[in-house]
Amino acid sequence: MDFAEFCARAVEASQSGNPWFFNPCLVGYEWRRWALGVWLTLELTVLAMALGFLLALPMALARAARHPLFDPPVRAFVYVFRGSPLLVQAFLLYYGVAQFAVVRESWLWPYLREAWWCALIAFTLNSAAYMTEILRGAILATPRGEREAAVALGMSPALTARRIVIPSALRRALPQIGNEFVFMLHGSAIASIITLQDILGVGRMINGRYYVVYEGLLTAAALYMALTYLGIFTFRALERRYTRHLAR
Amino acid sequence: MQAVLDAAPLLFRGFQITLSVALLSLALATALGALAAAAKLGGGALARGTAEVYTTIARGVPDLVMILIVYFGGQRLVSGLAASLGFSGRIDVSVFAAGVVAIGFTYGAYLGETFRGAYRAIPVGQVEAARALGLSRARMTWRIVAPQLARFALPGYANVWQVLVKATAVVSVIGLADIVGLAMRIGRRERDPFTFLLVVMAAYLLITSVSGWAFSRAERRLARGY
Repeated sequence: MDFAEFCARAVEASQSGNPWFFNPCLVGYEWRRWALGVWLTLELTVLAMALGFLLALPMALARAARHPLFDPPVRAFVYVFRGSPLLVQAFLLYYGVAQFAVVRESWLWPYLREAWWCALIAFTLNSAAYMTEILRGAILATPRGEREAAVALGMSPALTARRIVIPSALRRALPQIGNEFVFMLHGSAIASIITLQDILGVGRMINGRYYVVYEGLLTAAALYMALTYLGIFTFRALERRYTRHLAR
Repeated sequence: MQAVLDAAPLLFRGFQITLSVALLSLALATALGALAAAAKLGGGALARGTAEVYTTIARGVPDLVMILIVYFGGQRLVSGLAASLGFSGRIDVSVFAAGVVAIGFTYGAYLGETFRGAYRAIPVGQVEAARALGLSRARMTWRIVAPQLARFALPGYANVWQVLVKATAVVSVIGLADIVGLAMRIGRRERDPFTFLLVVMAAYLLITSVSGWAFSRAERRLARGY
């Protein structure tokens, strides 16, 4: 009995209705799809975090400085995106925006037509909102002495922000950015609902294809768990490295 | 706009379902969190190990995946078990119950960590003082530990609640007629999902704002001794 035949029998057994049967073959047999799923999940998560961070930094500075012009809109943006579910934001972009002819005729349509772009945009905006609040808190917690030292050295406000406030705030924000990574990683499973083949998408596809239940879902759960703890360890290592001066 | 007004009673029903899922999951998560924290703080090796495995799994798996596992896996497990007992027929797992169990299970782990941190924030001297005054264990728990536990745990509890409320939107994926599921159904029929989804967004903003306000009031009240 070769591997393919063994797998075929195992599939039969897993469809037979024994509630405890788990067919490990489906995991090995479809490993290419799983690998692509892991890649898509990581791609969406990391890109959304990176782009969200780039958007969040100026917004956090505006919030922390209570800029009279920029603070109110940023505050509204953060309020809406932190106060409503990521799923609804993704649906709004994927199902909602497409109903307008203006959008369908614009240059944006080649992007907004694609589930990948909708997921990435929704995740990025969501992540930007959370990251704005994280960075704002870290900026406001800058020790007074650090700013005073910068002023005493004759640094301009821009230089102070670039060389003193932002690096110092980033170190303090690291643990929360790590939490946000886990949040985004888990939230990215929503991509599978708008048809993308991320980890959960692959799991559901395999379930449908082989008419099984546990194989797809439990494998997906195990992969998400592995990525979650890998991310947590990575952020802990970063924290150790960049906050060594604070260690006691 | 007229379509939204026509659908308002139905959407309100969905809003109630969303709220019920959220509140029942919170109750389950609170119970599981309290158990997990108690096991980790004062349990034997077995209890501690179980609690550790529980929090590791529940915090590692996305809530959406957990919902699908509880619903589809539960369905299969229940009907498989029934079949082996000689019952041949279809048994349906309730979508509502599956959502509550999955969300309660996931966020119970986060609450467990919140409770544990809050308990450890209580100064040891206070418990020692209570003992020195000859307070019974129950009285000490009620008069000394519980009020401070509430104060220290409340900010974390409020955070978990805010995340949990938004997680309920995901239960619509397994077909629950909550506000998200209903809005999508009606919105597609009316060819206007955008407006309906905006209503959903406003509903969630209402919940998160009102509860955020209530929690910050409660925090101020519980911290009035300081």
